[in-house]
Order: sequence, then structure tokens, then C-alpha cells
Amino acid sequence: MSTVKQMLGGNIRQYGIVGALFAIVVLFEIMTDGKLLLPNNVASLIQQNAYVMILAAGMVIVIIAGHIDLSVGSIVGFVGGVVAIMMQHWGWPWWLAILSGLVLGSIVGMWQGFWVAYVGVPAFIVTLAGWLAFRGLAILLVGVTVSIGTQPQFVAISNGSIANFLGYVANRDVVTLVLGALVIALLVFTQLRARRVMRSHGLDVEPAIAVWVRLVVLSALVAFFAWTLAGSRGGTPIVLLIVGLVVVVYSFVTQRTVFGRNVYAMGGNLQGAILSGVNTKKMNFFIFVNIGVLASIAAVVTTSKAGAAVGTAGTLYELDAIAACFIGGTSVSGGIGRISGVMVGALIMGVLNIGLSIMQVDAAWQQVLKGLVLLVAVAFDLTAKRRAGTR
Amino acid sequence: MSYTTAPYSAEPSAPRADTILEMRSITKTFPGVVALQDVSLDVRKGEIHAICGENGAGKSTLMKVLSGVYPHGTYDGEIVFEGRSVDFRNIRDSEHHGIVIIHQELALSPYLSIAENIFLGNERSSRGVIDWNKTNADAASLLAEVGLRDKPETRIYDIGVGKQQLVEIAKALSKEVKLLILDEPTAALNDEDSAHLLELIEVLRQRGITSIIISHKLAEIISIADRTTVIRDGRTIRTYDMKAEKVTEEDLIRSMVGREMGSRFPKRNPNIGSEVLRIEDWTVHHPIQQDRKVVDGASITVRRGEVVGLAGLMGAGRTEFAMSVFGRAYGTRISGRVIKDGIDVTPHSVGEAIDAGLAYATEDRKRYGLNLLADIKRNVAAASLKKISSYGVVDSGAEAKVGERYRQELNIKAPNVDVVTGNLSGGNQQKVVLSKWIFTDADVLILDEPTRGIDVGAKYEIYTIINDLASAGKAIIMISSELPELLGMCDRIYAISEGRVTGEVPRDQATEETLMRYMTMENDSDQEVTR
Repeated sequence: MSTVKQMLGGNIRQYGIVGALFAIVVLFEIMTDGKLLLPNNVASLIQQNAYVMILAAGMVIVIIAGHIDLSVGSIVGFVGGVVAIMMQHWGWPWWLAILSGLVLGSIVGMWQGFWVAYVGVPAFIVTLAGWLAFRGLAILLVGVTVSIGTQPQFVAISNGSIANFLGYVANRDVVTLVLGALVIALLVFTQLRARRVMRSHGLDVEPAIAVWVRLVVLSALVAFFAWTLAGSRGGTPIVLLIVGLVVVVYSFVTQRTVFGRNVYAMGGNLQGAILSGVNTKKMNFFIFVNIGVLASIAAVVTTSKAGAAVGTAGTLYELDAIAACFIGGTSVSGGIGRISGVMVGALIMGVLNIGLSIMQVDAAWQQVLKGLVLLVAVAFDLTAKRRAGTR
Repeated sequence: MSYTTAPYSAEPSAPRADTILEMRSITKTFPGVVALQDVSLDVRKGEIHAICGENGAGKSTLMKVLSGVYPHGTYDGEIVFEGRSVDFRNIRDSEHHGIVIIHQELALSPYLSIAENIFLGNERSSRGVIDWNKTNADAASLLAEVGLRDKPETRIYDIGVGKQQLVEIAKALSKEVKLLILDEPTAALNDEDSAHLLELIEVLRQRGITSIIISHKLAEIISIADRTTVIRDGRTIRTYDMKAEKVTEEDLIRSMVGREMGSRFPKRNPNIGSEVLRIEDWTVHHPIQQDRKVVDGASITVRRGEVVGLAGLMGAGRTEFAMSVFGRAYGTRISGRVIKDGIDVTPHSVGEAIDAGLAYATEDRKRYGLNLLADIKRNVAAASLKKISSYGVVDSGAEAKVGERYRQELNIKAPNVDVVTGNLSGGNQQKVVLSKWIFTDADVLILDEPTRGIDVGAKYEIYTIINDLASAGKAIIMISSELPELLGMCDRIYAISEGRVTGEVPRDQATEETLMRYMTMENDSDQEVTR
């Protein structure tokens, strides 16, 4: 048993969630008569769920640190509205509007971070206030809608694909295939390098066979995904690059930076972190600035997808992001969570969404099912931990 | 036993007619530790019976056995109350018999009123509906009995600790208490409140209520107790009849400590250098009761290669002193100076303290010391991320290497550094905490109860690590409740009482008796401190 664990890289729980995702995919593939994994559906799975993954990357940091953020959906509506107004009413170019949106998101984050970090108001309260206030501001600014139909580049972010300048092979988009190959190469390179570094420090490393098995499985998954996507209408959705960048950057931030270490330290033992010299006020401030920026990226993606700013855009997004975190194994009491797990959690929600939509299940029933999945996932997580006796 | 029983001590006598409580041969063990061994205690009806002993002698354990916190069956021996053998399953059981314990940390609910607290769990109600008039009226008459003039509707939050103590007693009276147990009742009180409380206990005695008082304040015991039982190392040493003989503080101290020291401590040849740290006139106030001084004008010095002890009884302010020096991690209205190598470095945050070369390894590993969810290597690196990162990016290879180095050097018993610290034993957790602070490369390490809750073998290893650090030129400040440990390890020992440094004793002059005398010295005493 212990060797099996070693083969898997030690973290059974992570693989449990991946297994659940796999099971759900297979289930819907069967129930939709193979429609779920049609190229165009895979592409729209990504386009429709990009916002969850982007928000969840910020949310998981907030939750690991022991807080919660209820305001991200409202910030999406507010920032999206301002960005649309900049382009449509003030005539700003699309890229300037996006940059300004990110700055605005960071200001919103500073505002909330100030109250949490320096006044000591619990994040639940601060972001509940933000949830109300930013939604109100969004509706005041936008009214019902502000169309951005005259900004094709902006609309393309969530609806367009990377230009196919390499042609087709076997009716598959070559750009997508090349990207897939690059990802696989990067995967192999980083895994082997990490192993070599460990060994050069004279530390125990996992057996080579375990690394290779893992690499082969992951590469096969990426290859399958790239191949499928290459057959879709446009190839690689632009938004996939944004999501991919967010995932890579935040995996790095959480696992490899001092900032990331301190987030885990605070969530694991706040008093202990303070007594280890962590400036928890500064940390809290920047945790909220960070999620403010990510919420504004999600705002751009959402506004682009809809082709218009809508006053109620982003409603309930905070709950999607929080659910993705918890399904992905983040601890409710903080201290535990990983970007990779959370992305799998977001995909589970996404597959449920699109699978049920393909099957034309009523939206109300979709909510019921998603609620149950969240409950079962966390219950499973807790019982697994209790059995392992770690908590 | 090294101490011979004096002729006038109370023999384990036959039960007398006026005996209300008799505990016979109580033995209580925890995994690996014998907390109480064959302890006997008899308490006469209507007396005030004091129990004293060092920290960890077993006083609180004995009271927990008596009050049913440790239920019948988890200990050996017999408890006879009012002539009948009793076996309590929980606190409710013992309260039914009229035994009420008031703990050192008061167990009142701060946002409920005095009356609600008095009748908590014992509400004045009919069919589940509370009768507020009866609640407040009954509370008012109980408050009159204990001499508290506040209204029953007042919130606990709004009254001081002294009054809260009285509310606890009123609560006990509401349960028709026959035997009242007070654990360190005056530890948190000022002189006036203490005096009032002791008077009240005397008044209750005249009404036929028997009291057991656990106290470190020997003067208090001498003035109020009818009899005093001394417990040491989980055994009853003797019972003094305070009225029949003239018992002095010295007598009590000698009974409390007298114990032999073996070779439980590794040898070290002190190589003491120049002064590295000087703390001057350090004063700290309680974070909530801001007019209460927890540390009062304390001054100490430490030299390179020296192990300096801080001795003090529970609540003396040792931990508060250390934590407030360590970047104001405790307390408010802090004043004083921290001078390191001749430069004023008085730190205002933990970060500054670490940068100044200070380290503080906490007495409470689980609450303050470790991230129990994280593995060994991350805990070791937690206070020194600057050292293994550049531009905010952690070199995880270096991190693993550092963890591995300390795993081997300090003999942390785990297969590798990826083991989550929550799964380690107490001794190994302590080694991780020490690794963390050694890795910061601090010049002065403050070790607060470094051997608390760990077994004898691991203790020896920790002592060895401390000696090695001192030999390497580090200055060590060691806080401990165990006097033999301080005597065995330290080159010099400061005694602290009620937040003040009451004595400084070099190794060759230090005995448990002298330390205990300084440790029990009270604020207003005029005794001259020999330097």
C-alpha cells in the first residue's frame, strides 16, 4: 500500500478528486451519448468556466489564510461595468480599459484589505458589505446594460480563438497541437528538474518509475485534451491562455514564494505565524489586493463573454468560486488547499454545468445537483481525514 | 522518600466523627506518568484546609479526581464523603453531593448577566420558561451573602476579576455547597480583593461550609488555614496542624521541595563570555485589564555561552515577560529597554526581534509554536524564509536540505522531513521548534518550558541541545517551572514573583529553598534581596 502511495506522489486526496472528476466525465459522456467530449463542447466548457477558475485562484488563498470573500461576484459586475463605460462612453482603447480595470480591481482590494488588516473587521463582514455595495455601484453605473459590440478585440477575449497560422493536419488545428506539445515538454522538464535538484541536495527522491508513470498519465491527458480541442471550431480559446497563465503563476506563488508560505503558516496557526515574525497585517492586506486583481480579470472575461456589461453580471460567482475551493479539498478552517485541487474542483462544477445543459436538465435542478455534489465532496473529505486520523 | 516524617505530623488517622472528606490511597496515572501515588487526604467538617506544593506536584490532579473531572474508574483508591463511599462520574455528580470546585481560570460567560451565570445549568424556571423575577431575586440574596453590591443584571464583562470570583462563590452557594474547593483563588487578585475573598471564606466557615484552598501564597495559607497538606511529586508529604504548632513559611517550603537530584542533566563546562543582552526596567500591563502590571520593572542580563534561568510560580509573569520582550507579542503599555551588544534594539514587532537576533521558543507548542498542518521542513524554515529565498521566491531544495540537516543533528525521529508535525510526539515536536529558532541564527534564545510534556529520555536530549548551543556561544534564557531542571542546567537563576525580579542567584549558591523563598516573596514585603 505504501508503495502505491509513493507511486501516486504521496497525496491520495488529490487523486481522489481527480478520480471523481474522471468518473463524472465518464458518466456524462455516457448519459449524453458521447456529446460531452465533442470538440466544440470542450471549448465552450473552458470559455464558460474560465471565470470560476480565475476567481478560485484568488479565493483559495483567501480561504487558506483563514478568511472568506463574498464580494467577488459584485466586484466582477462593478469592474466589468466600468471597463465597458471606459471603452463605450469615454472612447478608450480596449487595452487601456483592461489595464485600468486591473488597477481599479487592486484599489477595490486595497479598500477591503484595509478594513480586514488594519481595522480588524472580520473578512466575512467586510466582504458582505462589499457584496452589497459593489453590486449597488454596478447597477448605478451600468443601468441595465452597456453594449460593447463595437470592440471586436475585447469581445474576442472570451469568444475568440488563437489565429490558426499553421494550418491543419488531419483536420486538426496545428497551433493547438503545438501548444499541447509545449505543455507536455514543460511538464516533463519541470518534474525531472525538481527531482534532480532534490537529489543534488542529497535528499531522498521518489522512485524514478513513479515519476515516469505520473508523467506518462499526465502527458496522455494533455495530449487527448489538445487533440480534442484542435478539432473544435476555432482551436485554442484565447481565454484558455489566460486561465493557464493564472494557474501556472498561482501554483508558483502558493508553493514557491515567501508570500505563499506565509499564507499557509497563517492558516495553519495564526499565533504561531505571528510569533515566527510574519507580518500578518501586511499579508492580509495583500491577500485582498490580490483577489481584487483576479476579480477584475474575471470581470474582463465575463464582460467579453456576454458582449456587454450587465448590472447583475457576476451574481453568485462568489459561491461558484468558494464551492470550487471546497470541492477541491481546501480546508474550511484554513491552512490546507492547493491550486491544482481547486482547478479540478472548478472543472467538476463546469462539467456538471455543461453536461446537465446538454441533457437539457432544468436550471433549478442543476442547482439542486450542484448543491448535493458540494455537500458530498466535503463530507467525503472530512471522513477521509478522520479515518486517516490527521485531524 | 528522602524526607523523614516529623513526630507531630498527622498520621493517616482513623476517621474522626467530624471528618467530612477522606481520600484514601489515590493513585492516578497518565500514559507514562504517575501523577498521584498513594495520596491520602482528610478534611474535617468546617475547616479551611490548604493544599500546597510545587507546580506539577499533583494538586490540581487531586482536585480533579475529587470533583469527578477524572471519573471513578480512571484512578485507584477510595473517596469517602460524609461517611459514605462515593464514585463520581462527572462534575454534576460531585456537585449533587455538595462539592463545588472553582477553577483558577474562571468559567463564567462574559456576556451573560451575574444572575444568569449564577443559575447557568440550574435555571430558575418552570416547564422550560425562565422565571426572571425569581432568578434576579434569588441572585440578589446570594450576592448579599458574598458581599457583592452589584445588580444581578450586570454583565460579567463589566465587573473585575475580584468580583467575578465572588460571583463564582455565589454560584457555588446556589448549589448548596458543603465543600468548596478554590484553585489559586487569589492569583489574579489585588491585595484588597484578596483580603475580601479570604474574609468571605472565613465567614462561610462560620456557616459550616468547609473549604479546600490551593495556593502558592504561603503567607495567605498561614493566616487562614486550619490545616495544610503538602504534596510533592504526586505524594502526600505531611499535614500540618496550623493551630497546634507554629508553622513558618520556611517549614512549608522545605516540605514542598526537599527532593534529591540525580544525574538527569548532561555536564557542561561553562565558557562564559561578554554580556550580550541587557533588559532594563521592563514593565508590561495586562492586555485587557490595562491598569494591572504583569511585569514590573524587571531587569536582567545574559552573557555569551551562559544559560540563565527564570524561576517563578504559575502566574508570576515569566512567559509574559519573555513574550513582551520578543517584539511585543504580549501585553500593552510596555516600557523598558532591550540592549544587545551595547545597542538599544528594543523591538516593536516580532520581525524586529528576530532581526535583532532574539528567538523565543514558546511553552505552548501547539498553540504558538508549530503549524501542525505543515511538514517538518516548512516549520523549520518558517521564521527564516529570508535566508532561503531570493526576490520572494523560496529555494525549496535549500529548504528541504536545511530541514534534513536539523532532522539529523537534533535527532528528530521521523523517516523524512515531509512528515506533518501534527503526527510527531511531543519531544520531536519540541525539537522541530528548537530547529526553527536555531536556524534563525539568533544570539539569544529564550526557551520557555522547553521540556514540558515530554518524556524523560527526550528531556535529556533537549538538555544536551541546550548545552551544545551554550557551548557554541549562544546566550540562553531558560524558563522552567521545575526547579531541579533550572538548578541542573543554569549558570545563574533569576527568581520572579508577581512580575518583579525578586532575586538573582548564581549556580553555586542556588538551592530550591532559596529560590522558593524568592519566588513566594510578595510585593509589599520589605525583605532585602541579596545580590
